[in-house]
Order: sequence, then C-alpha cells, then structure tokens
Amino acid sequence: MSYAGGIVVTGIGATTPVGGDAASTWNAVIAGHSGIATLPYAWADDLPVRFGGVLAVDPGDVLDRVEARRLDRSQQSALIASREAWADAGAPTVEPERMGTVVGTGIGGVITLLDAYDVLKERGPSRISPHTVPMLMPNGPAAVVGLEHHAAAGVHSPVSACASGAEALAWAARMIRDDRADVVMAGGTEAPLHALTIAGFASMRALSPRNDDPAAASRPYDLARDGFVMGEGAGMLVLEREDHARARGARIYARYLGAGMTADAHHIAQPDPTGAGAARAMAAAVVEAGVNASEVIHVNAHATSTPQGDIAEAAAIRAALGLETNAWVSGTKSMTGHMLGAAGSVEAMFTVLALHHRIAPPTINLDNLDPQIELNVVAGKAMPLPDGDLVALNNSFGFGGHDVAIAFGSYA
Amino acid sequence: MSTEILDGLAAIVNEVAGVPVADVQPDKAFIDDLDIDSLSMVEVVMAAEDKWDVKIPDSEVKNLRTVGDAVAFIEKATA
Repeated sequence: MSYAGGIVVTGIGATTPVGGDAASTWNAVIAGHSGIATLPYAWADDLPVRFGGVLAVDPGDVLDRVEARRLDRSQQSALIASREAWADAGAPTVEPERMGTVVGTGIGGVITLLDAYDVLKERGPSRISPHTVPMLMPNGPAAVVGLEHHAAAGVHSPVSACASGAEALAWAARMIRDDRADVVMAGGTEAPLHALTIAGFASMRALSPRNDDPAAASRPYDLARDGFVMGEGAGMLVLEREDHARARGARIYARYLGAGMTADAHHIAQPDPTGAGAARAMAAAVVEAGVNASEVIHVNAHATSTPQGDIAEAAAIRAALGLETNAWVSGTKSMTGHMLGAAGSVEAMFTVLALHHRIAPPTINLDNLDPQIELNVVAGKAMPLPDGDLVALNNSFGFGGHDVAIAFGSYA
Repeated sequence: MSTEILDGLAAIVNEVAGVPVADVQPDKAFIDDLDIDSLSMVEVVMAAEDKWDVKIPDSEVKNLRTVGDAVAFIEKATA
C-alpha cells in the first residue's frame, strides 16, 4: 500500500538557545539575535571552550517536577517541543494505529550516562537509578514523545549525528507514503552540554575557541570562522496527509515535498571537499519534489561555521542547483549554535516558516564573506521572499558522512 | 506505628512519584492505590535505604505491598 497525495506541515514546536517556543525562536532568528554565551556552569571553567548555546528557557521551569526527574534533558526538550507542536496543530483526533513518531538524536542521553557513571564510581552499583537506562537510550526521546501522543503506528529514532533531526522528517514522510500513518510527530533533540562532549569535539578541533567573544563565534561563511558552537535544543514538526489535514480544516504552514538521503563514503568526520554526497542529496530532494532545481529560492544551509564544511556545502549547492542559482542561503547556526541532532528539525522549521511568512532569516556575524563561498548569502538582515509558489531546501550533514536535504513548498 | 517513619516515607513517595503526602497512608498499596510503577518502587526503596541506613533486599520488597508494610519493615530494621 502506498499514498501518493500531498504531505503538509500542520504544527511546529521548539525550544532552543534563542527561545523557549517556536514563536519566540523564530522572532529572535528573524531579528538576528544570538543565543550564544559563556556557559554558566562551574564544570566549564577548565575547558578549552567555555561557551555554547544553553536553552533560553530551562525545561525544569516548564515540566512537572516528577515528570522532569524521570527524563534526560534531551527527552525533556523533545517532550516540550512535541506538546507545543501538537497543540499548534489543533490536537487532531487520530487513531493510535495511524499515529507515528520519529525523533532523532545525535548522542542520546549523554548527560544521564555520564552522571550515572559518576554515581557508580562514587557510591557503587546499588545507587544507580532504575530510570538510568530509559533516560540514556538514544531511542528514549522518540519513545517518550510516542507515549505522549499514543503513537502506535510506529516509533523510530534515526541516529546520524547532526543529520538526525532532518533524517527523522524524511522517515516520517516515508511512514505516510507507505500508508502506515496519517499523522507523524517528527523532529530531533539534543542535550550535549557536558565537559566530556565539549572536550571531545574540542579535541577534534571542531569547535570555535573564541572564548572572549562567544556571540561572534558562530560565523558561517565569514573569512574568520574557526569552528562550530555547540548548542542544545529540540524541534518538532507535525507532518500530515494533506487530505486528512484539509478534512479537519487544519492550518497548513507548508508542503513537505521530498527528501534526499545520501552518504559521502569519504571520512568519519571530514566532509568530502567536493561536496558530491551533499549535492546528490539536494538533487534527490529536488527530484522527489517534482520541481526544477532553478525553482529553489531559499536554502537553510547546514553552515556550521567550520572552515572546510562551509566551502564543501557551498560547492554542493552550486553543483545541485546550478552555478547561476539565485537561491538565498541562510546560516541560522550563526544565532542558535549547532544543536547537533536537533539542528535539522529546528532548521526545517525555519525553512517552513520562511515559506509561510515569506522571509528568509539572516546569517549574522558575516563581516567578510569568504570569496570561496560563491552564494547569495542572506547577510546581516532578514530578506523578504517573493509571492507565488516557492520551493526551499534544508540541508543537514553529520559526522559519519550523512547527507540529508529536505524540500518544502509554500502552501497557497 | 512510627509516625516519623510514615512521614519520612510519605515525603519520599511524594518526591519520587508526585503522590500527595496526605495520600500516603498505612493501608494504601504502593502499586494498586498509589500508582507506583516497578521502577519508581525501586527508587522508593533506594531512598528509604539511604534515609534510614537500612538494607531492604529484593526478596523483601515483594512483601512490602502497602505503606504500612514498609513502615513496619523499617521500624524493625532500625530497632
């Protein structure tokens, strides 16, 4: 069985370093506000990198106390974002057997894991909480969100580093295409801020060391970029069959048009400098969308602010969309930092809202465009998008060589 | 029955599972009345062991059906 009709986005939710919900996050991003600051934790004092993107609103201030203590921070964020997205979608009535959930994460409950290991060493095995395993397992956020929304059609959790959140959306659409579900709650979540993860990424020389000016550290496409900035967050989208959404009179933000998922097959952490895998993902997304590459008007780029990654992606965009592409490219990690497994879903939400409100978010901290970046970058200030049918892409790539591109279309 | 132990246990059950302190009465069953699941019951036992410095073996936990059973066990273990 398969479903060949339209798939639409009917609900959004997020919690990020720039806002505690989707609306405040979007408003901050359109205004060009940075969510990056010195980490307010004593454990960060001795680290080579002492800043990042901490959630603007602590999940402990949102969730019930007992609920919060049984959930890893990544699960807390996922649950908050999914509740917002569900309410935003109008809390549709769906048979559990037709309701799906796909939530990705890059690392899973790493804070739970490391804190529990501290307890094990200091107090012994008898003091390990019975909630430890459900809190640290990488499918935990998907399971928690699936329980919340009675998703009996299936609960899935792609793990593909920084492409996880985007991959979740692609698999969610696949559930609808395969006629396994009418509605799917899909997104990504990450709560990676711990001394060990920061030390690990810093050891790879992947992080910007700009401790003296955190808000300027994430600077995609700028000549002085020197690494990414780690952040935490979650983003959720409600994907729904178009006929199902229309029948219940749902507000529709945008169309989900297609996805491309490929792999570099090049290196465990370095991007393929030719961008070939990324270009194939974008081309595949455009093909599934049934549009011409020249129609793509906006790209929410992966653009992590690493020296090599930004150049490889720029080459890939030109390879996939054409050397004369007029697409306006935004690097929103300049404001949110890199939320790893949540990045793809939060940025998919930005792409959807860019089409819905017809405005592309800015790339901040772009003082001197690297001449190797031959793209129309939305620099400094948000840029209005034209009327008519619009197509936009969201790119997400992950350590391991995962390349995911998602195509969305405006909904008239 | 020790009200001190009952009050302490009620505080633990409230902390672990959010059950109102006033609901934690000796005749209440942890699972059937207070909706404590098996994982939360382990948490209650661990917290009680810490608070009263006692050992509650797994073989005993299955006998602690009600709050009163637990209070009696802790009373005996700390006597």
